Amino acid sequence: MYRELRSHIINLLNAGTRLDGRKLTEYRKPIEVENNIVKTAEGSARVKIGETEVMVGVKLEVGEPYPDTPGEGTIIVGAELLPLSNPEFELGPPGIQAIELARVVDRGIRESKALDFRKLCIEKGEKVWMVIIDICPINDAGNLLDAASLAALAALNGTKYPSFDGEKVDYKQKTDKKLQLEKMPIAVTVIKIGDKFIVDPDTEEEMAIDARLTVSSIEDGTLCALQKGGDFPLTMEDIDKMLDIGIEKGKELRKYL
Amino acid sequence: MSKIMVNDKEISVPGETLAIGMDILPGNGTYRDGENIVANRLGLAMIDGRTIKLIPLSGRYIPKTGDTIICKVIDVGFNGWRLDTNSAYSAMLSMKDATSEFIQRGANLTQYYDLGDYIVCKIVNVTSQKLIDVTMKGPGLRKLKGGRVIEVNTNKVPRIIGKQGSMVMMIKDATNCNISVGQNGLVWIYGEPMNELLAVQTIRKIEKESHLSGLTDKIKEYLEENKKH
Repeated sequence: MYRELRSHIINLLNAGTRLDGRKLTEYRKPIEVENNIVKTAEGSARVKIGETEVMVGVKLEVGEPYPDTPGEGTIIVGAELLPLSNPEFELGPPGIQAIELARVVDRGIRESKALDFRKLCIEKGEKVWMVIIDICPINDAGNLLDAASLAALAALNGTKYPSFDGEKVDYKQKTDKKLQLEKMPIAVTVIKIGDKFIVDPDTEEEMAIDARLTVSSIEDGTLCALQKGGDFPLTMEDIDKMLDIGIEKGKELRKYL
Repeated sequence: MSKIMVNDKEISVPGETLAIGMDILPGNGTYRDGENIVANRLGLAMIDGRTIKLIPLSGRYIPKTGDTIICKVIDVGFNGWRLDTNSAYSAMLSMKDATSEFIQRGANLTQYYDLGDYIVCKIVNVTSQKLIDVTMKGPGLRKLKGGRVIEVNTNKVPRIIGKQGSMVMMIKDATNCNISVGQNGLVWIYGEPMNELLAVQTIRKIEKESHLSGLTDKIKEYLEENKKH
């Protein structure tokens, strides 16, 4: 459907540049991370990567733990793709893209053990903290995955518990107790177009992708989650190269937190 | 007794009464409400004898007969193509207006224009219901191959083209790019990677600074400065 655009992008990539003149593995600038932007949420953040803008809010609720993990709290990640952020998005129940976005963010946090779920326990088998993370793209100019996971992490990082007297949660009063992050998982989506690898695609490049791999890694470069997307398969060598790029770029993104 | 309420080239907002009286005529972008002539978009009010018209400053493209526009193919039907015109209305390109070649009965129309292709076409008719008919027959009307299409503010298109096409010629000469500007605010650019980028940045600069005087000189300077690198 976008053959002309795709072949043009490949020509540019072969010449070592992209539609907006960036290098192949260069993020758009500026990257901005703003903390605590929503007063009513326990934690929140706004992340801008170029023109892409994502807001994330964190709420803490007290609920019952799952029967198989009575001593552990839980996280729930939801994403809603607002029609305001992209003309392609429509109102209604979340579609494939929204579900994937939420799951990738969820998996990065869950599998890296960024939150120690046992510390979210209040009373074993009875009451635990549930961390609810809501993702709202304000403007989708490409690369929502990276922006959303960076924003989710930034929001969690500044989250403070509301006061809880054993019966009711008083959301109007925040305590000084912070939600403790053990690890910092950063997601970087590496795109394959033709035989080239790029990061941080813009809207046009996202239309022309062959395959993508979202690589979540923590501080020391340990992998914690992967998500493959796109129609084309990846070879082992492709994946090796993409992991290297993902981990290296993750280190760069980490500085903005 | 008629009375004009605004000065020449004054900025008017939708709903603003521009003049009162039956002997003044509403022009483009205005309408008559009883005795009053009212603006229906944001723009500069121009007083030309007995008529008042608005030169729009914002808003999307409104299709007009005779405009050359750049469209995207969004549907291929049995007897033609449906095109996205970057406005609120889609256009129809019928088979007989599409090519001078003979098209066999039942031929696969995607071999001429496929979904997602961009084409330069000309509006031949706009009905009162805003059904748009376009043609591909005419000089410079073609399918766009390679390059990229960017979106600009429709109301800045005359500034990008310049007097007798002077501005766009200047960009073409400086960057060696092929450029087509559609009246509907889509611009197609094709050239060497870095030159193409410079052309895009120049157009963005024109869009941003179109209200300033001495724009041509400024753009010339800008192109000279950035060409060297």
